[in-house]
Amino acid sequence: MCSGRVDLAHILRAFAKGADGVFIGGCRLGECNYITHGNYHALNLALLSKKIFEHIGLNPRRLHIAFMSGGEGNLFASEVDGFCKTIKELGPIGQSEEISPARLEEVMSDITRLVPYIKIEKHEKLTVCLEDETTYEDHFSLDEIKRLFEEVASYYIDPAKCQACMICARSCPVEAIDGGKGVVHVIDQDKCIKCGTCLNACPSRFGAVTKIVGGPVPAPLPLDQRTIVRKGGKEKTTSTEKVLP
Amino acid sequence: MHIYFAQAIPLITYIDESCLYLKEKKCRICEGACKNDAIDLHQTPEKIELKVGAVILSPGYDVFDPKVRDEYGYGRLQNVVTGMDYERLMCATGPYEGEILRASDRRHPHNVAWIQCVGSRRDTAGDNGYCSSVCCTYAQKQVILTKDHNSETPCTIFHNDVRAYGKGFETFYQRTQQLPNVRFIRSYASIVGEDPETKNVIVRYATADEGVKEEQFEMVVLSVGLNPPKDYQGLAKKFGIEVNGHGFCQIDSANPMATTRPGIFVSGAFQGPLDIPESVFTASAAGAQCGELLNSRRGRLTTERVYPPETDNTAAEPRIGVFVCHCGANISRVVDVPDTVAYVQTLPNVVHVQNQLFSCATNSMKAIVDTVKEKSLNRVVIAACSPRTLEALFRDTLQEAGINKYYLDMANIREHCSWCHAREKEAATAKAKDIVRMSVARSIKLEPLQEFDLPVNRAALVVGGGLAGMTCALSIADQGHDVYLLEKEAELGGNARRLHSTIDGKNVQADLTRLIRRIYRHPAIHVYNEAVITEATGYIGNFVTRITSERGPAVIEHGAAVIAIGAEEYKPTEYLYGQDDRVLTHLELGERLAKSDAAVTGAQGVVMIQCVGCRNQDRNYCSRVCCSHSVKNALQLKAINPEMDVVIAFRDMRTYGFNENYYREASHQGVRFIRWTPEDPPTVEAAEADDGRAVLQVAVTDSILGSKIAFDADLVVLAAAIVPSRGAQEIASLFKVPLGPDGFFQEGHVKLRPVEFATDGVFLCGMAHYPKHMPEAVNQAYGAAGRALTLLSNDIVTVSGAVCEVNEKQCMGCGACVEVCTYDAIELRKTRQGEKAVVNPVICKGDGLCNAVCPTGAIVLKHFTDLEIESQIDALLPEPIEVQ
Repeated sequence: MCSGRVDLAHILRAFAKGADGVFIGGCRLGECNYITHGNYHALNLALLSKKIFEHIGLNPRRLHIAFMSGGEGNLFASEVDGFCKTIKELGPIGQSEEISPARLEEVMSDITRLVPYIKIEKHEKLTVCLEDETTYEDHFSLDEIKRLFEEVASYYIDPAKCQACMICARSCPVEAIDGGKGVVHVIDQDKCIKCGTCLNACPSRFGAVTKIVGGPVPAPLPLDQRTIVRKGGKEKTTSTEKVLP
Repeated sequence: MHIYFAQAIPLITYIDESCLYLKEKKCRICEGACKNDAIDLHQTPEKIELKVGAVILSPGYDVFDPKVRDEYGYGRLQNVVTGMDYERLMCATGPYEGEILRASDRRHPHNVAWIQCVGSRRDTAGDNGYCSSVCCTYAQKQVILTKDHNSETPCTIFHNDVRAYGKGFETFYQRTQQLPNVRFIRSYASIVGEDPETKNVIVRYATADEGVKEEQFEMVVLSVGLNPPKDYQGLAKKFGIEVNGHGFCQIDSANPMATTRPGIFVSGAFQGPLDIPESVFTASAAGAQCGELLNSRRGRLTTERVYPPETDNTAAEPRIGVFVCHCGANISRVVDVPDTVAYVQTLPNVVHVQNQLFSCATNSMKAIVDTVKEKSLNRVVIAACSPRTLEALFRDTLQEAGINKYYLDMANIREHCSWCHAREKEAATAKAKDIVRMSVARSIKLEPLQEFDLPVNRAALVVGGGLAGMTCALSIADQGHDVYLLEKEAELGGNARRLHSTIDGKNVQADLTRLIRRIYRHPAIHVYNEAVITEATGYIGNFVTRITSERGPAVIEHGAAVIAIGAEEYKPTEYLYGQDDRVLTHLELGERLAKSDAAVTGAQGVVMIQCVGCRNQDRNYCSRVCCSHSVKNALQLKAINPEMDVVIAFRDMRTYGFNENYYREASHQGVRFIRWTPEDPPTVEAAEADDGRAVLQVAVTDSILGSKIAFDADLVVLAAAIVPSRGAQEIASLFKVPLGPDGFFQEGHVKLRPVEFATDGVFLCGMAHYPKHMPEAVNQAYGAAGRALTLLSNDIVTVSGAVCEVNEKQCMGCGACVEVCTYDAIELRKTRQGEKAVVNPVICKGDGLCNAVCPTGAIVLKHFTDLEIESQIDALLPEPIEVQ
């Protein structure tokens, strides 16, 4: 396992559970004993996480990443000592930031749900090798993070267009789409990871899936109104149309 | 009665000569106490005759005893210790359990000095004339470790040349230099005596600025060198081999593993002073040479290990056994082990907890096996040391107990706890509990994993037809395997083609011609000249490499690959090289010497400049061979014309090992040595000598006199650096192996896997690894052959189960995993549900980068799943801390 295995969800989980600080240790940059150089991925992830924390009002110094070789016990000790000192200064999580534990848990859980979305949106920046230390600070900007959260998309299936063909439901990687053959499909917004697979999967001649940015997602139809009755196998109406001729 | 040490194999007690019964026929208490009736006090020595086909001598070395000379004060002054004593002082199992204490007052020394070259590089009686090769670097390591014990302790090293000639040594030297309160003082130092009150040791030394002065140190470490093994004469007589003038094994520089008697081989420091990586090369190498001799009998004495059938625990409730190791006193001195054991008993699913003195000891491992069976355990947590060294051993223990070996978790309470919190016992115990609790939580989530058996193609590919590549190819082929030998040039030989003699006077070209002839005549070696690799695919045991060569395109299937692409001579831009044809490199001088070129033989003055193109910012390493190379050429010039004025302008003369003798010889022959510093390098300009002849004038600032000295040279010879081969980057990416910071290939582990790569089935030897002398290249070439053969001589190879896997349903086909996998282990395949990622588990190295970028969690690194990692996070932070 490489330090590049550290997942955004792991960091968020530690903070959500009440950790006051998280330390990530990796091999020296540029001295990967393999060919993966995954420590750069860990660095990018740390830089991203710090900006996210800044965005939500959490002190980014609560996350620290340091690089060292297995033979540098002294460096490890001084890095950890320094980090512990920082955390003691900052006090328990949320305190100096004036975020209540309940609010913190809520925020962390919201961001955790967006991890897949963040991974998709920031994939390129998360996997690049930043050779020059001076570029670290600007790798992710606060504006960029703000936009990232503002532009969170939701996916919605228009009941008027849905043919209940199951294509999107079958392709959804997290089984967030409800509805069987002949039943208008509905996306469970709590389960949806905003990957957009359904948007690409829905045949273009139907175009039932839409991406909604910013605005609210219309409430789904009640289950008893979602049955599709096909006329002569060609036309179709939803049950809504049927009861309201 | 004694046990050698807890990890001894076999783990058996023995009785020494102080036994009362053996001396006076009294006592016999032990006989009664032994329940197994295993004690036989009437045993007599017996002769056992073994018939063997080959013998490897690896008696090691003996530490130089500074008592042979009173001037070192060793044994007389309490606070003078040897480097080996100091190692013991620093060691957790040492006399003070890892505390560095003075013998005189059991206090920590606050000021330590090292004196280098004790017993080495000296012509005087009782001392050794050669350089012991390892002391400069071991003293630097001791400085670093001293600083780890107490960062405040001032450390002083009195040294002659600092011989940081090995791979990574130069940066290690710099790291030591840059520590606060470390002084490197270039001076002979003598021990004058001690302060009668404080017992501090008084050292006299001289510096250019301050002249002779005396200084007190609370402790002085003598950096003692390496002696031949004590009874080398007896050894030589018994085995009928010859030893050299120093008492080390007489070896052939063309094959340093061969003694003077066929069938008897030598490995390790009996060859001469060697450091650990070199010693490991020779160990594999001697093995390979025995293999050549005994190939027909390979495997006849081995028996296959049979494990009990594995029980299926996938549906069973987790039953965890936790074994908390004292590690002698390494852990228990700091961590309260009984308290930890009591705590672990309270954890969920834990059905057995016990402490063990050494969990890795044979009897402890048997106890683990027995307990697993007795209590039907299905998870085992070993709270001990880092998994890096012993995980494989404990996994084997689980297999022995009949449960899947991936049901093991190691809680590292030594390196991560007792060693780094020696002074905070309570906090360390609390941390040990946290670490074990996390391990227990993870173990609940562990899944049994299956390893993969792969067939092994018996052929090998050797990339590079230089000395190392050819030697390696021959050894593999001589053991019955086909070898495909690729050479980018039209002829075999590599850099050796430009070398004409060795420092000990051997004719390189004659040896090389013989070697090349053997290669071409060998029926199992297939040579491809002018070869270019176009594609390298596959994995351990099953590589497929596509090449083009003078014989046209070819596809080679092979089970192992050896990278032996060598290195190149740096083309200097310094000192008028390329502008004035009187400036040459050493390889060029060697070629002209071989042709008896008149400009060389007729020269009146020759100046050699060392460290051209390395030990600088661009190439922060030492090219290792150049000092000896210069001495060799200087001696040859002196042999042609003893009147010739030969000057070597150096930074540190790094003629390590027996080459020190040639350095001394050159000095005796009148070769002048002058040291320069990187702040003030030599200058070269065209000038006119006093006798009116046109010369190159080399000006060097003498570091002792502080003034410039000018030399008139008819030839200026540059000790040009050795730089990585131009093809290194391409070969590295083709075979998916890494290059180190200097651009040479990066071995799997400097000491433990010095001829292997982290990529299984790919091996390394020769100058592709680092600059080295020809005998060293031969050592490593045989070493690589030995390691390759342990793979090739098996029909199957087993690869790890801790690799990535895709849950197809969850995969959205985004390809993020494919992009981050540098091993090309993942590909997208079309399915009815769109593209899905598929992992080839054999190529996967288990780094888990793909897992971290996968948006949906479809790709999972087994054994390090989110579930397993998050259970550890949760166990560490069981309750959110309330903010007041």
